[in-house]
Amino acid sequence: MNINLTLLGQAISFFIFVLFCMKFVWPPIITSLRERQARIAEGLAAAEQSSQRREEAEAEIETMLTDAKAQAAEIVAQAQKRSNEIVEASKDTARTEAERIKATANAEIEQEVVNARENLRKQVGSIAVDGARKILGGEVNADSHAKVIDDLVGQI
Amino acid sequence: MAGEGALTPTGYIQHHLQNLVVGLHPENGFSLARSSEQAAEMGFWAIHLDSMFWSIGLGALFLWIFKKAADKATSGVPGGLQNFVESIVEFVDENVNDTMSVKSNFVGPLALTIFVWVFLMNFMDLIPVDFIPYFFEHILGVPYMKVVPSTDVNVTFGISLSVFALMIYFGIRMKGLGGFLGELAFNPFTSDNVIIKWAFVPFNVLLEGVSLLAKPVSLALRLFGNMYAGELIFILIALLPWTVQWALSVPWAIFHILVITLQAFIFMMLTIVYMAMAHESH
Repeated sequence: MNINLTLLGQAISFFIFVLFCMKFVWPPIITSLRERQARIAEGLAAAEQSSQRREEAEAEIETMLTDAKAQAAEIVAQAQKRSNEIVEASKDTARTEAERIKATANAEIEQEVVNARENLRKQVGSIAVDGARKILGGEVNADSHAKVIDDLVGQI
Repeated sequence: MAGEGALTPTGYIQHHLQNLVVGLHPENGFSLARSSEQAAEMGFWAIHLDSMFWSIGLGALFLWIFKKAADKATSGVPGGLQNFVESIVEFVDENVNDTMSVKSNFVGPLALTIFVWVFLMNFMDLIPVDFIPYFFEHILGVPYMKVVPSTDVNVTFGISLSVFALMIYFGIRMKGLGGFLGELAFNPFTSDNVIIKWAFVPFNVLLEGVSLLAKPVSLALRLFGNMYAGELIFILIALLPWTVQWALSVPWAIFHILVITLQAFIFMMLTIVYMAMAHESH
């Protein structure tokens, strides 16, 4: 409990400690603390900024997606329309073609009918001449009466 | 165990409370005190080797650890040691900034040194009372060893008087000698009338002088008293049979963890407040 030189010794060592602390310990630690604070603040600001940018990008993507969907729908509609048109056009072509074929066939049939009729008429003429010859007895000459026969044939 | 011979409770306690003193004895000359009477006879020209050794050792330990952290300090991801050191530095820095409106490069390191150093010195109190003294007495042959520097009134006064000197130094430097003396002379009683104002000076000087001088004394005695009492109770507990000591020493030690931290914090906080008062005129 005696007050003695220890007091002075303590005071001296205390000052040395404080000075050492002030020179070598406090500044580096406090500097790094402040720097880290600044860096964290920067980092937070950057994070804020990038999240904002991401939101913007998302909005942009949203619009682009909507546009693309609309475009796709339009393209599909156009394609459908076009295919309908093609189907219609091919139907038309087919119809015309069928009609043409039908017409040709009809014409051919007509021709056949005419030919058949002509043949028939000729055969009927010759049968009639034969019949007449048999009835009249050879007096009917096919050559001399050709004009009459042809007239008859023409009447059939 | 006691130097005086028989192991009576009184002898045991006295032995534990005796510092290891080296000094100029009137009869023996420059020597190691072998008893408390010899130590008392040495008067002022003596030094407590144990207090000096432990306090300087602990101060050096503090500076070594913190210097190590400071050398490797980065603003990037901190390691374990840096984290630990930084949390203490930040705690001190916050207290300084909250208390002082004036920026100072000195008060932060001062407060940090006081906080950690006083804490470490108080911490020695938690080491069982006989461990270190027994080792020194029976292995090294050193008669006395008081390991808690803050139970030595010289240590606490050494710090508090240094703080007091700094208060006066910064008070005069920041406010000028006139401003510093003016604060002593014209506070708290003052008047617009010049004569009455000067008539108040003696009362003011008396009041302010007492409150100024009370600061280092209360600062030193608060820490000393708390630690001395705590240490004494540990010594008293150590007098009990060893089988039941734990029942008292454990709760007391746990409570003491709070006390040593609180005392270090109070010492630091009051130093900051005194420094703030010295820096700012009110």
